[in-house]
Amino acid sequence: MRFVLFVAFRYLRDARGQTALILAAVSVGVAVIVFLSALINGLQSSLIDKTLGSQSHITLRVPRETPRPLVDATPERAIARQVQVAPERLRSIDQWPAVVASLARLEGVTAVSPMVTGAGTAVRGEAKRPITVRGIEPELFRRIIDVPRRMVAGRFDPGGGSVAIGSVLAADLGVGLGDTVRIVTAEGVSDVVRISGVFSLGNMGVDKTWVLTSLRHAQSLFALAGGVTGLELKVGDVFEADAVADEAQRRTGLAAESWMRVNAELLVGLSAQSSSKTMIQFFVVVAVALGIASVLIVSVVQKSREIGILRAFGTPARRILAIFLTEGAVLGLVGSFFGSALGTLLARFFETVARNPDGGPKFPVVLDVPLYVSASLLATVVGLAAAVAPALRASRLDPATAIGNG
Amino acid sequence: MAETPPLLEVVDVVKEYGESVRTAALRGVSLTLHAGEMAALIGPSGSGKSTLLHLIGLLDRPTAGSLRLNGQDPTTLSEPALAALRGRSLGFVFQFHHLLPAFTALENVMLPAFGDEGRLSAETRARATALLTAVGLEEKLHARANQLSGGQKQRVAIARALSRNPPLVLADEPTGNLDTVASHEVFELMRRFHRERGVTFLVVTHDPRIADRCDRVIEIVDGRIARDERR
Ligand SMILES: Nc1ncnc2c1ncn2[C@@H]1O[C@H](COP(=O)(O)OP(=O)(O)OP(=O)(O)O)[C@@H](O)[C@H]1O
Ligand SMILES: [Mg+2]
Repeated sequence: MRFVLFVAFRYLRDARGQTALILAAVSVGVAVIVFLSALINGLQSSLIDKTLGSQSHITLRVPRETPRPLVDATPERAIARQVQVAPERLRSIDQWPAVVASLARLEGVTAVSPMVTGAGTAVRGEAKRPITVRGIEPELFRRIIDVPRRMVAGRFDPGGGSVAIGSVLAADLGVGLGDTVRIVTAEGVSDVVRISGVFSLGNMGVDKTWVLTSLRHAQSLFALAGGVTGLELKVGDVFEADAVADEAQRRTGLAAESWMRVNAELLVGLSAQSSSKTMIQFFVVVAVALGIASVLIVSVVQKSREIGILRAFGTPARRILAIFLTEGAVLGLVGSFFGSALGTLLARFFETVARNPDGGPKFPVVLDVPLYVSASLLATVVGLAAAVAPALRASRLDPATAIGNG
Repeated sequence: MAETPPLLEVVDVVKEYGESVRTAALRGVSLTLHAGEMAALIGPSGSGKSTLLHLIGLLDRPTAGSLRLNGQDPTTLSEPALAALRGRSLGFVFQFHHLLPAFTALENVMLPAFGDEGRLSAETRARATALLTAVGLEEKLHARANQLSGGQKQRVAIARALSRNPPLVLADEPTGNLDTVASHEVFELMRRFHRERGVTFLVVTHDPRIADRCDRVIEIVDGRIARDERR
């Protein structure tokens, strides 16, 4: 048994009331941190999941043609620039299979999916609805957006004259599985398709307009034989999407747009939320540190004579220092265990109380190992730091003065 | 006696306290103590007995003068080396037992060696158990220090002072807080260790009966040695 541990634990055990009180305080502090982190992390990841449930991480398209003047200005002749934006016309990406291959090798990219996207109208009897036709390779696309998991009816196997459509669109048109719909595209092509699946991605705009069909079918609907209008990418770390998009744009010359740019406002909101979480945690940490420090200061004052005795009998000052540092670290560590347990209970309780009408939790909490490890580490380091001043004070006690006269 | 080098040599030691208003607690004390002596240090209150004991005990440094313990000059030592020398060459018994209340009698006796070595050895434990048996407390090894009587506490304190087998034990009014019977028992215990194991004692006391039973009486008055008698 080590002397330092022996004495530190004995002192903690001996001052049972004080130890219990400060442990309670540390536990509550850690519980707040764990609960808050679990809640906010859960909220943020579910918001991001929802956002990314209906859009790709990065989308690459042919850049818009920059309007060019027909004649250039010379020093003698100024021209009033007349800009006529060319009407949007679907254009294919040059050599797209080669571009797909090069993007797939890009660092951080985990999936690439080609698409043909264009506008059109769906017609069913009297009902007419504007739609977005998306031609995709189902096996590649499902790695970008997990449609098969979001089917509300039928299966996700567009192609061969059948399509999957959004649930709101299906309701608007009054169609169900096996029904047929006429699609008329902006290119003037028209075709009749059968509905083999209905999906709900949880995004109104998407569920109201999307018609997913095979790439080949869309190519014929938009008169783009063999072409694609865009490429969609998935990346490993969603927060790296911006950087990967920039790199993809630089390499391919295509216009790349990441989900982060599309959802800039959401990200600003999330980061504001994160900073307020950090603030709260900071103040909790300060309160916990002050609590531990004050208990230890009182303990050092109460025990100054005992410390003097230990010093008089030859205990080196560094061991006295270590005793109080150990007390601080142990208070932090043990408090973090209780606190983690309490925080977990709180989070689970909150999850069961706040429920959506569908029974799912309104506030999903994320309780994971890194959270517990970081909370324990934080509490231990805070305990140690809080003990520094009291421990220094104890180790610098002059034995003669501490023992006193008599 | 002259041939053996002295255990302790104090030469012209001066100790002043205070910053602006300096009060001299010791005004030039010289003293030699040989191994195997049992000396009483007496004198009126405030004469400087405790101050002298603290200096000899390496708990404080003199304002002027020199000190040699076991031939070593402590003024040249760093604080950790001083602590180590203190731990191995000196034992302390105080007027108030100064046991650590959170620990048992046995633990209190083991703490000096434990604290210096960092780890608890079987030897430390065996020695502490033997000492507590020698002071008649084999029944109380595992009793908390604060559950013992005053005399028992002081006996534990003596066992603790002897736990590292120091050549010199300094006792500051070890019986000052005890009734006559307990006081007699505690002093007899010290005498026994002196007789049987040759431990050197320097005992501060106000009790003339105790001083009478020491081999040497040193009287200090107003910071100076007024009398030093061997018998
Ligand atoms: N830490 C200190 N600071 C200032 N003055 C001190 C200190 N310790 C002792 N003194 C002074 O030094 C003088 C000697 O004190 P000391 O404690 O050595 O006396 P003593 O002989 O042990 O007395 P007593 O028999 O009452 O214990 C006294 O005047 C005392 O006030
Ligand atoms: Mg005194």
